[in-house]
Amino acid sequence: MSGGLTSLSFPKNAHAALANPPLLKAIAHIEETLVSGRRRAAEALPEFEALRDAGRDIKAHTLAHLDLYLEAFERKVVEAGGFVHWAADAADANRIILDICQKAGARRVTKGKSMITEEVGLNAYLQANGIAPVETDLGEYIIQLRGETPSHIIAPAVHVNKEQVAADFRRVHTDLDPKRNLDEPTSLLAEARGVLRERFLSADVGITGANFLVAETGSTVIVTNEGNGDLTQILPKTHIVLASIEKVVPTLEDVATIMRLLARSATGQEMSVYTTFSTGPRRAGDPDGPEAFHVVLLDNGRSAMLGSEFEDMLRCIRCGACINHCPVYRSVGGHAYGSVYPGPMGSVLTPSLQGLEKSAHLANASTLCGRCESVCPMRIPLPKMLRHWREKEFERHLTPKKARFGLAAWRFLAARPRLYGLATRLGAWGLARLAGRDGALRQVPLAGGWTRWRDLPAPEGGTFRTEWAKRGRK
Amino acid sequence: MTTPKPRVALFVTCLVDFFRPTVGFSAVKLLEDAGCEVSVPAGQTCCGQPAYNSGDRAGARALAEQVIALFEGFDQVVVPSGSCAGMIKTHYPDLFSGEPNWRLRAEALADKTHELTSFLVDVLGVAPLPVTFEGTATYHDSCSGLRELGVKDQPRRLLSAVDGLTIKEMHDPEACCGFGGAFCVKYDEISNAIVDRKVADVRTTGAELLLAGDLGCLLNIAGKLKREGSSVEVRHVAEVLAGMTNGPAIGETRK
Ligand code: SF4
Repeated sequence: MSGGLTSLSFPKNAHAALANPPLLKAIAHIEETLVSGRRRAAEALPEFEALRDAGRDIKAHTLAHLDLYLEAFERKVVEAGGFVHWAADAADANRIILDICQKAGARRVTKGKSMITEEVGLNAYLQANGIAPVETDLGEYIIQLRGETPSHIIAPAVHVNKEQVAADFRRVHTDLDPKRNLDEPTSLLAEARGVLRERFLSADVGITGANFLVAETGSTVIVTNEGNGDLTQILPKTHIVLASIEKVVPTLEDVATIMRLLARSATGQEMSVYTTFSTGPRRAGDPDGPEAFHVVLLDNGRSAMLGSEFEDMLRCIRCGACINHCPVYRSVGGHAYGSVYPGPMGSVLTPSLQGLEKSAHLANASTLCGRCESVCPMRIPLPKMLRHWREKEFERHLTPKKARFGLAAWRFLAARPRLYGLATRLGAWGLARLAGRDGALRQVPLAGGWTRWRDLPAPEGGTFRTEWAKRGRK
Repeated sequence: MTTPKPRVALFVTCLVDFFRPTVGFSAVKLLEDAGCEVSVPAGQTCCGQPAYNSGDRAGARALAEQVIALFEGFDQVVVPSGSCAGMIKTHYPDLFSGEPNWRLRAEALADKTHELTSFLVDVLGVAPLPVTFEGTATYHDSCSGLRELGVKDQPRRLLSAVDGLTIKEMHDPEACCGFGGAFCVKYDEISNAIVDRKVADVRTTGAELLLAGDLGCLLNIAGKLKREGSSVEVRHVAEVLAGMTNGPAIGETRK
């Protein structure tokens, strides 16, 4: 949560974001990069819609037999010479990972890009225990330098522009020649590469997430565009994979199916540049690979979602398409949400992870426009689940009093058609009078939220029902 | 032997009833021209969507029961709003998941409820009487109509038959306008940022008229255009199709 923003202060965070032109300019790029990329990729693949059905079905099937597939996965990892650890929550996961690092005598760990380590707060935990985590994905590296958190699940530094990155590099890479040109993204990349190369070689442990866990083979799979993930997991002596339990799929074939959706939905690429399978530690005769291979399987609230109205959310493959297409995200960016995962998927997931009380606003800050669901490769009914959270809020009386009162008053009227007719007749007449010949009102009592930004078109005068009755119609 | 006229009930919607009766009368005209016998059951108020989207399931159910009882006796139910039609068609059955009796009634009503332009094109398959409207318009796809009901080509097909009218598409006609019911006042600043982008997209088309099939979006977009002092007019698609465009456009000065 960048700058300590929380979900509880969402409106304030959003206000600050809307007053931050460089941020707005940076997130505006999502349209011509990620959104149009996805559109082109989906249009170019005739079976894209059928693939979405297939992807959904694979995940739904796996979730229905999750225990079975997780146990099968564990057996295969162990057969291949690896270790599997089960973590009930974030604290568990951190403790397990620290323990492995300490036993390996680690001082420095490299990390591949992973949202799950953000979810458990691994970096801060390792640092507090004397171990230096180094992010190796360019975007993650940039926000680590800036002391921020990712503002997007696949483009963690999407909120930063290249001038800001250049300034950060000059600040932190103190041996950098001041005359060195850092005007282009490629020169920035080269600079980061140079610094990271040395860190890769000196790391004792490499930590990655996983896009998939394959039950059939015990493999973990990551997809990246920079190859940093490969160096993270091949060079150090120990490789730790932290993955949540819903990442498992039955077979390699299933990975292939979902892979066809993942990059297309995320960036519009047919495939990410690197797709890496890890199965156990290095075997005799392998040219490279770690000596020890650990998989930490994290629950952190997920098993409680099974069988609930939020189970469908566990199909999520973290492609970010829902985020890219969300009009709210596109207005305020990711940090305003004050949660690890932003956008529609984040607003559905976060209350499960941190509790509904701490997540006020998230489910409500949506127009329910449905574009997220329409692009989600896993066909997750995100708006429906946002509405479920609103229902839970209402049931538990967490809905703000004013809104509750307004709703009750309106309900009372709407259930009494005659009274409703009278009230609306008076209201429409009054507003029309107030507007006079203007046709639109610049200010209306009790409607400040509307008229702060836009006029309120005036009613025509009589309500439809009165005009209809006047014509003697039924 | 002539087939009897279909008995169609119009669900006016609370916004049309309150803000823009012209849309209701336009819908009636279009339906009658298409050979329907139109009724407007007295006692209708709101479909219950505000309660449903605020998490108040019981409140939504109470209003849904009221609507079901009032409308189930008709052959077809037509709604000049994708949002309210979507509420009845896709969400009413969900509201009664634990009550088989009500659920059956909800499903029966859902089956015969239609958004106006979809009813004219997909169900009746008739062309409206010829009308003329000189000018260039752009069409905003309202979210619920588009994504819950698949309303996209129907209004464009009907508009393409209007004499003198040219349609110029926005870069992203399917982008939300930021209305979102209570969202637009609860998160007004974000809502404003979203409608800002919509209005900018409208402007780049150079169209002098913006059309849509949902009054919520229309009030929002019109309100923003007026505040900016724009001369772009805003109307419900039914008004143009029915040729009922003599009165002022939404939010426009009365003559
Ligand atoms: S919810 Fe769907 S669209 Fe959003 S990140 Fe997950 S899989 Fe992608």
